[in-house]
Amino acid sequence: MSDAFDLLYSETEEELRSAVRALLADRCTPAQVLARAETGRPHDPELWHTLAAEIGTAGLLVPEKLGGQGAGHREAAVVLEELGRAVAPVPYLTSAVLATEILLGLGCEAPEVALLLAELAAGRQVCAPALPLTQAPGAPLPGAVRDTGGGALTGTVGSVADAVAADVLLVLADTGLYAVPAAEAALSPLVPLDLTRPLATVTLEGAAGTRLADPATARAAIAGALLSGAGLLASEQVGLAEWCLTETVRHVRGRHQFNRPVGSFQALKHRLAQLWLDVASARAAARAAADALATGAPDAPLTVAVAQAYCSGVAVRAAEECVQLHGGIGMTWEHPAHLYLKRAKAGSLALGTPGHHHALVADFAELPSP
Amino acid sequence: MTAITADHLVTRIRDLLAAHPPADTDRTDFLRARFDAGLAWVHYPEGLGGLGAPRSLQAVVDAELEAAGAPDNDPRRIGIGLGMAAPTILAYGTDEQKQRFLRPLWVGEEVWCQLFSEPGAGSDLAALGTRAVRESGSGDWIVDGQKVWTSSAHTARWAILIARTDPALPKHQGITYFLCDMHAPGVEVRPLRQITGEAEFNEVFLTGVRIPDSHRLGAVGQGWAVARTTLMNERVSIGGMRIPREGGMIAPVAAAWRERPALRTHALHQRLLQLWVQAEVARLTAERLRQQLAAGQPGPEGSGMKLTFARLNQEISGLEVELLGEEGLLYEDWTMRRPELVDFTGRDAGYRYLRAKGNSIEGGTSEILLNIVAERVLGLPPEPRDDKDLAWKDLAR
Repeated sequence: MSDAFDLLYSETEEELRSAVRALLADRCTPAQVLARAETGRPHDPELWHTLAAEIGTAGLLVPEKLGGQGAGHREAAVVLEELGRAVAPVPYLTSAVLATEILLGLGCEAPEVALLLAELAAGRQVCAPALPLTQAPGAPLPGAVRDTGGGALTGTVGSVADAVAADVLLVLADTGLYAVPAAEAALSPLVPLDLTRPLATVTLEGAAGTRLADPATARAAIAGALLSGAGLLASEQVGLAEWCLTETVRHVRGRHQFNRPVGSFQALKHRLAQLWLDVASARAAARAAADALATGAPDAPLTVAVAQAYCSGVAVRAAEECVQLHGGIGMTWEHPAHLYLKRAKAGSLALGTPGHHHALVADFAELPSP
Repeated sequence: MTAITADHLVTRIRDLLAAHPPADTDRTDFLRARFDAGLAWVHYPEGLGGLGAPRSLQAVVDAELEAAGAPDNDPRRIGIGLGMAAPTILAYGTDEQKQRFLRPLWVGEEVWCQLFSEPGAGSDLAALGTRAVRESGSGDWIVDGQKVWTSSAHTARWAILIARTDPALPKHQGITYFLCDMHAPGVEVRPLRQITGEAEFNEVFLTGVRIPDSHRLGAVGQGWAVARTTLMNERVSIGGMRIPREGGMIAPVAAAWRERPALRTHALHQRLLQLWVQAEVARLTAERLRQQLAAGQPGPEGSGMKLTFARLNQEISGLEVELLGEEGLLYEDWTMRRPELVDFTGRDAGYRYLRAKGNSIEGGTSEILLNIVAERVLGLPPEPRDDKDLAWKDLAR
């Protein structure tokens, strides 16, 4: 068999993890996340500025000559693990991964593309792709936005993640890909299942934007970005699952019932041991996806599909176990378990459901349906 | 002393191949020469088949020798000796024991088996009742008892054996570890026919078996600590092998799916894809463990891999029998046979389905392994045990 994926973390990656974790421990505790979510404006622009610009995480995927850090998917995956652990309400997946990858996929000769990329990499602007969060790699792209003449864009896109935090929207229209200032669009915030990743309906009525690419180039770039996004989402799911497991273990060790710590009952121990195994397995799958994306491995699409087919389910189950094993406490608004459950469940719909990714595996592994 | 590098090893391998060209050398002679060159298990000490090199360099040796067409020592046939007896002898043996046993073990001239489990002591292994009594005068030990589930007992020349030497102590304290000659008078091996129809395991009856004190491994009464070394090594061995994508149990199911479209249904397709993904993720997890071990940062994943493979093997082989339809109703052959090696994937789907049922029982049941993960990895409290301080002779049985 060919060379295996590098599934470990490098020292540099661990240093990056420490920096992000320290920042989030200080400024993105579950109580702070919940308090912001209750205002209906979950994003914390100052936290984003520190994370994106000062620690430099926004430009990890961007080459240095274009103003980025020149790192790659493995490093971005580590950032996402930490963001998942904190259910951090920051537009990392949308702006630093999906929008950035779309722009990179256009080729960066055009000055307007290079300029926007540099702005994103420096954390000076936030950019959201105007696509439904459920848009999956390998699925047909929406065609609802049309150029009604002279670059006047008209159409509606639903369930756009992080649009409310964006300065710029990347809009796929029948005539190509456009960078549209958010002010040109009408945003109707939706009530999201996941309180930490806000959704909005984006409506364009003759909006003006800058055309970045022709339709074929745009569609290819979006397809590549969706693949990266799905692969890296797996790392966010691993981080989320890890938090749920750690907190649940902490709880059952301290919580006494029947004159014993509840964590000493075999029925619970076996469930948690199995969950630990599933999280350890999800980590291997997510690392494989990140490494395959980083190296441009030919089997990256299969590896990403495997990671998404597996990690979504582990994250949901970890969050469900967290609620169940916290008992009544897990059902309360004040305990953060619900934030994780909501993120996990919504995340399992994002960028393709496990069912969709299983179908992709069937294609790549040549296991045809009946 | 300078550290051994891959280049050093390649030079040594070339020398070995030049002195003993595989094409004109007897298999056993070649393996002996390989052992003496320190290329058997490179992390073992010099003089004992190794060079004190990093364990990760073994892969270099194996690849070079395989490429040169050299015979290997057929690890499947001598798995218990390699995986369990050898590391325990290395850790606890006297110099004399290491010199006597390790070379023929590695070369495969002497096959080993493991006399641990008993009819009354499986998952609760420390409850074992086989007695070893020291004979005054000779100092030899006289062993009486019964062991069970003993793979390879019918081909084994030697056994690792734990026996109770002081019934007045609590169960973990009165145990001593021995190396038992399977040809000694009083050792009787009876095939134990099992669910697959064949007799892969045995019962072993020990009646007045005489073991010289020089074949005791570790101190009297310290057998439990020695046995734990054996058991830990048993569970670690999984990480060493690199598995190709779609290797193992999933391979024949995927092949049947591709080759026989008439068998396909939507419900089976869903299950096949889920199991294919789980098998691929398990492969990646084992690969990650292997990389951790090679980098000298062993992770706790090893404790869990056996659990994962046991569950997957059972689910995949269960699906395979269903997938085959009418053919799934048939079984290849119920004739009683005594295989020389354990082969989980061989023969037909029915065999795989039945044999895989043992994967969650042998080498520590899944229930015991889940407890180990919960307690040692997650730090959850143990279940209350009221037998820990009681003398073994006072335990209920």
